[in-house]
Amino acid sequence: MTLIKTSYGRRSFLKTSALAGGGLVVGFSWLASCNPTNKEVAKMPKEWFEINGYLKIGDNGLATIMSPNPEIGQNVKTSMPMIVAEELDIDWDNVLVEQAPLNTAIFTRQLAGGSESIKFGWDGLRMAGATAREMLKQAAAQQWEVPVSEVTTDKGIISHKATNRTIGYGEVASVAATITPPKEVELKNYDEFKIIGTSKRNVDGLKLVTGKPLFGIDQDQEGMLIAMIVPPPAFGLKLKSYDDSKARTMPGIKDIFTINTYENVKGKSMFDVDAFPELIAVVGNTTWEVMQAKKAIIAQWEPFEEYQENFRGFSGKNIISQTIPAGKENSEDHYKIMEAMSLKASKIVRKDGDPDAAFKGAAKIIERSYTAPFLSHSTLEPMNFFADVTEDKALLSGPVQTPEYMEKSAAERLGLPLDKVELKMTRQGGGFGRRLYGHFVVEAGIISQKTKSPIKLIYTREDDMTFGTYRPAYHARYRAALDKDNNLIGFHVRAGGIPESPLFANRFPAGAVDNYLAETWDVPSNITVGAFRAPRSNFIAGVEQAFLDEVAEEAGKDPIDFRLELFERASNNPVGENNDYDPKRYAGVLELVREKSGWGKESTDKVYRGVSAYYCHNSYVANILDMAIENDLPVVKKVYAAVDCGIVVNPIAATNMVEGGTIDGIGNAMYGGLVFKDGAPIQNNFDRYRLIRHKESPKEIEVHFVDNNEHPTGLGEPPFPPVMGALANALYKATGQRHYDQPFITNKKVIG
Amino acid sequence: MATFKLTINGESHQIDVDPSTPMLWVLRDHFKLVGTKFGCGIAQCGACTIHVSDVAVRSCQLPVSAVGEQKITTIEGLSENGDHPVQKAWLEQDVPQCGYCQAGQIMSAAALLKANPNPSDEEIDQAMNGNICRCGTYIRIKKAIKTASSSL
Repeated sequence: MTLIKTSYGRRSFLKTSALAGGGLVVGFSWLASCNPTNKEVAKMPKEWFEINGYLKIGDNGLATIMSPNPEIGQNVKTSMPMIVAEELDIDWDNVLVEQAPLNTAIFTRQLAGGSESIKFGWDGLRMAGATAREMLKQAAAQQWEVPVSEVTTDKGIISHKATNRTIGYGEVASVAATITPPKEVELKNYDEFKIIGTSKRNVDGLKLVTGKPLFGIDQDQEGMLIAMIVPPPAFGLKLKSYDDSKARTMPGIKDIFTINTYENVKGKSMFDVDAFPELIAVVGNTTWEVMQAKKAIIAQWEPFEEYQENFRGFSGKNIISQTIPAGKENSEDHYKIMEAMSLKASKIVRKDGDPDAAFKGAAKIIERSYTAPFLSHSTLEPMNFFADVTEDKALLSGPVQTPEYMEKSAAERLGLPLDKVELKMTRQGGGFGRRLYGHFVVEAGIISQKTKSPIKLIYTREDDMTFGTYRPAYHARYRAALDKDNNLIGFHVRAGGIPESPLFANRFPAGAVDNYLAETWDVPSNITVGAFRAPRSNFIAGVEQAFLDEVAEEAGKDPIDFRLELFERASNNPVGENNDYDPKRYAGVLELVREKSGWGKESTDKVYRGVSAYYCHNSYVANILDMAIENDLPVVKKVYAAVDCGIVVNPIAATNMVEGGTIDGIGNAMYGGLVFKDGAPIQNNFDRYRLIRHKESPKEIEVHFVDNNEHPTGLGEPPFPPVMGALANALYKATGQRHYDQPFITNKKVIG
Repeated sequence: MATFKLTINGESHQIDVDPSTPMLWVLRDHFKLVGTKFGCGIAQCGACTIHVSDVAVRSCQLPVSAVGEQKITTIEGLSENGDHPVQKAWLEQDVPQCGYCQAGQIMSAAALLKANPNPSDEEIDQAMNGNICRCGTYIRIKKAIKTASSSL
């Protein structure tokens, strides 16, 4: 057991987080706000006793544990309550899970992004469980009139060994709920864990396989109307006029009007990105009727002038100012612009040693450039939201990754005080970053306010795909200098994008090369972009790892040995001080995947291997990918993944995330791409926008986790980027051709 | 508007609706059977897969007027208590991530196994290729189909 201080209220929370250097970021003001009095306990339902904001215990010993964060498929709804249950010391079979309400005073950081739910949730979730356990122990000790130090727990049973007495949590829950939370609690040592590290199946599993309503789009309410929007057909356009005379007369149609989503909103955050703030809204009885009326609207669009957008950054303090240029853009032009930019000196973000001299004195210089297109998130559940806005209050409910931010934006736009706006989180049919940008929450609110009716706003797939916050289009040019002994003496990356750059200044191989130069550039665009699963890494990982493969080959070295030499350098004698990775853990996953895959010992018969390793979002992943060519097409036979995410909370789900990230990475690198013509994406549905399908999936994925006691980190993003490098490197082995431009295969075949 | 008689999950219903309305929206909006999901509306993603006379059909492209006497089965009607072999296999393999596509995947898999209780890998790929899983649970789906197949 480890004794750890709990903290009360906002003030002590702030002090704790400052002392811990950001480690204890989760607040515990729930202890202050959820310390029920005897009277409050008496008012509670007879059978449930709220011990703290995270959990309540029934008189039969069952526990209900709140899952604080949005569930987008990363399985936090199972893994976060597992952490509470561990320290509560209860049998997992006796746990029910509920989605917590949005209440950042209690739960803090209720956001799905950055693969940080577990990393930041860990301490708070453990303390929530441990505090409750301590209160239950105290209640039993009081009843038995023995010192609490003599009382132990196991799977929901409290024991006093000296007098051979036991009692269940349920029997003391009513008393425990009245006890003042302790100032110090004991946390388990890692080797005492009974739940963490064991596989627990998805708590929503049965509901999912039986089709129960769980998702935002499944919501219904008496009198609810269906709403849809008509967005401009291309970026660079805005609404000029429209004729809804036919649409208005169509069956089931209640109203058609325009909305201005962010009109008079002063405090726009970075999550309020919105390409099309003026929309036509169509409201009617049923989805099909509204869809038909939407098609019958004849709208005229006109180009907009260049304008400036200001957003509050993530912290809320800095202001991000963006120029939104006029015009209808084309991917063909983008590629020309990116190529031209890559040939010009750009903004230097890191320089070590003397790169110029290194390249001048090099025995060999390798130079390659890489591109990738815009990508659509294409969550399978299209954007949607429920809203019921009355004169004095609003209920907003649905799938959004940034509920706290969007509640604020909606409150301001609807002219309601924040405490009169309630935002509920539903299960989300995928996120991938798209639902960080919740303009659709505000749109739903305005439509409900205007129609004075509960409404459910639904985007069609075409609306969803053409009104996106895409992954930017990227370009990277790399140069490597080798000396006559094939040592890497210079490294130069110049990367940029439209409208954002993929470059990380201090990421590998920075720190491993004496002479290093990193330059970044970007070109404004009116095509809206945002975070897409592992932002920036989702390009730079794959191209960096493909380039290093070529450099290793030119140097005549085994690609794994070559990387390990660089990690050794970064570990023993790092260049610079701001390297944002741990070279030992990086090398660890590479060594693990080498061992597990039998690298170097494989039969070379018609199976071609590529390797990669990458670090992002606090976790390390290495891949080896085995490819065969069948019927002239590349087939991914097997992928090995070695992962270091610290303590693995739920192995079955963690393995699922690694498998999914791997498949998603292969899919996007191989097939993904959104191509713009005259401001509009050519692809607007899954007939032309290619997502990986069953037949194209790797046949097998073998996942290995590094066994350590590091603080747990996330898995939503880290398994996604690196496999793109292993894929490119295997493709080269299989075809003899290096592939520099994604998607690697533009498959024309349409599968129905 | 026209009147249609439908047999959904073993129950008879009558409904007054525009004949062009796809079964997807009849199920979701009129019968509140929301297990069948909207993904693309053009029969490309498979999220809306239902059984029409035991055959997997994309309900977003099936007008209510085309159903006739054929019996409709949705995910809600696949079994009484979520104990169809395919549903049980899905739970055992812990297939879902976000879970949105899984009802459609299960309906395609159940139809496949009804027609072919012991499918090969290639036959599974063929039957399932119209069902997109954005989260990438394809390997688990295949494992679950094999688990279900071995339990039949």
